[in-house]
Amino acid sequence: MIQARLRKTFSPQPDSAGFSLDLEFSAATGVTVLFGPSGAGKTLVLDSIGGFVRPDEGRILLDDEILFDGATGVHLAPQARHCGYVFQNYALFPHMTLRQNLEFAAERRPRLERHRRVNEMLERFRLGDSAGRRPHEVSGGQRQRCSIARALIGAPRLLLLDEPAQGLDAPLRIELYDVLRQVRADFQTPILLVTHDLDECFELGEEMLILREGKIVQSGPPRKILDQPANLEVARLLGAFNLLAGEIRALDPGRNTSRVRVGEFEIDGPYFPGRLKGDRVTVCVRPEQLVVSMANGRPGPNQIPAELKRAVERPQWVRLEFAGGINVDLPRPEYERQRDNKEWVIQFPSESLRVL
Amino acid sequence: MTIDWFPLWLSLRVAFVSTAIALAAGLWIAYVLANREFRGKEALDAAVTLPLVLPPTVLGYYLLVVVGRASPLGKLWEAAFGSPLVFTWKAAVVAALLHSLPLLVKSARAALESVDRSYERAARNLGASEWRLFWRVTLPLARRSIFAAVALAFARSLGDFGVTLMVAGNIPGRTQTVAVAIYDAVEAGNGALARTLVLVVSAAALLILTFANRLAPR
Repeated sequence: MIQARLRKTFSPQPDSAGFSLDLEFSAATGVTVLFGPSGAGKTLVLDSIGGFVRPDEGRILLDDEILFDGATGVHLAPQARHCGYVFQNYALFPHMTLRQNLEFAAERRPRLERHRRVNEMLERFRLGDSAGRRPHEVSGGQRQRCSIARALIGAPRLLLLDEPAQGLDAPLRIELYDVLRQVRADFQTPILLVTHDLDECFELGEEMLILREGKIVQSGPPRKILDQPANLEVARLLGAFNLLAGEIRALDPGRNTSRVRVGEFEIDGPYFPGRLKGDRVTVCVRPEQLVVSMANGRPGPNQIPAELKRAVERPQWVRLEFAGGINVDLPRPEYERQRDNKEWVIQFPSESLRVL
Repeated sequence: MTIDWFPLWLSLRVAFVSTAIALAAGLWIAYVLANREFRGKEALDAAVTLPLVLPPTVLGYYLLVVVGRASPLGKLWEAAFGSPLVFTWKAAVVAALLHSLPLLVKSARAALESVDRSYERAARNLGASEWRLFWRVTLPLARRSIFAAVALAFARSLGDFGVTLMVAGNIPGRTQTVAVAIYDAVEAGNGALARTLVLVVSAAALLILTFANRLAPR
């Protein structure tokens, strides 16, 4: 269990704008993902926990040990923190073999146990055959597994991963996720993972913290966040929504309904607590929740006619980009069925509508 | 003609000892310069580098003042070892150090600083003490550049003339290094001796520098 409250301010420099980190979170067993755009302060959070950066104020508690406490001046050296850290470039020592890399990390253990433990980790991470090779002589996947094994061999109380999938091609990425899922299952160590890849959050994360400009703007299980982003900012960061300007025309809490004007059309939605009639809102709906069909006379309820700009083919689905900035994701067979539509209408299922 | 090879052996001995001392002291100074933040850091770097740019006579003068028989340091040496430091081969070592140390500190600092910091962070994260981090990670990763610097320092120690002449003198068979012997031979009109020594020294220096270049990381 890691609990952290961090504040750190960097004053503006001639060549860089100022930045301030100010956040509080806790994470227990499982994978907690720190998600955010570059420059949001994600790595700074890991470095503060790992002891490479000293926050101005706050407190970091790992299990029952204080790693940092601004009030009393406690600031443990990185060596004393027992946090495994998988660096962005892995930072495997290039002059040592994979085995020596692991031995280096296990050196605090008694000799016999060290030997056993190194062999066990080599075995577990399928590095037995390449144990005698140096990092530049093995494959990317082996380097990656070795760096994770090295971080875990000292039985850390927390595992920090800084964009581990950065720059990996698809097969390696899938392999990494498998390894990390295995680690999550086999070790009790809480994992803090930094990424700016939304898919990764869903692949691995039980909890997700969304960072922007040094602050946490929303936290919770990824599925829940995607279902209900806290505000427009989060929705934009996730980049997984249609965001359309709208105005609330009617609200009926009794029947749990609402009516929202989008462009020149009105669509029905669920009741939006805390909103008033006449509020200017942003309608937020995910591209895969929309339904399209061929236009057939007057548009029906909750349908908006739209002009198709282009269709972008993806391996599993097709993204239809309509005029007015509405995107719809269709499963490939569904697209094949409709690809000859001359005119389109988009159906907004009312329960999928959110307003921000 | 029989050639007295003593000056060459003496120069080699001086160069070996001075390079060894320069390596030990230079690595330490370089480590401090590369890893610690303190006031006067760059001033220390400049002070260490100074001998590379000062005229040998100035350096020789300073050395005579600092370790001469009348100086506190000179007296201490004499009390400890029973004989003065100046005008012995050990003084030639000190003279050679003045040039080998700055070369080593400069190159070693650059070499240590060029080691990717992420390896040092990783080592600290894995629980390595600063000592172990230095010996097992930083130094091995910088070793090629440091070997090259050692070779350079050795070559430079082999050829010191001015400072050596001032503090160690020109006592044949005792403090006459090869550079001083060549000067002597030219002054005495002994062209054959001068030519031989010049060629030997040049060849040795060329060999060492080639070696250093091959070591330096590409």
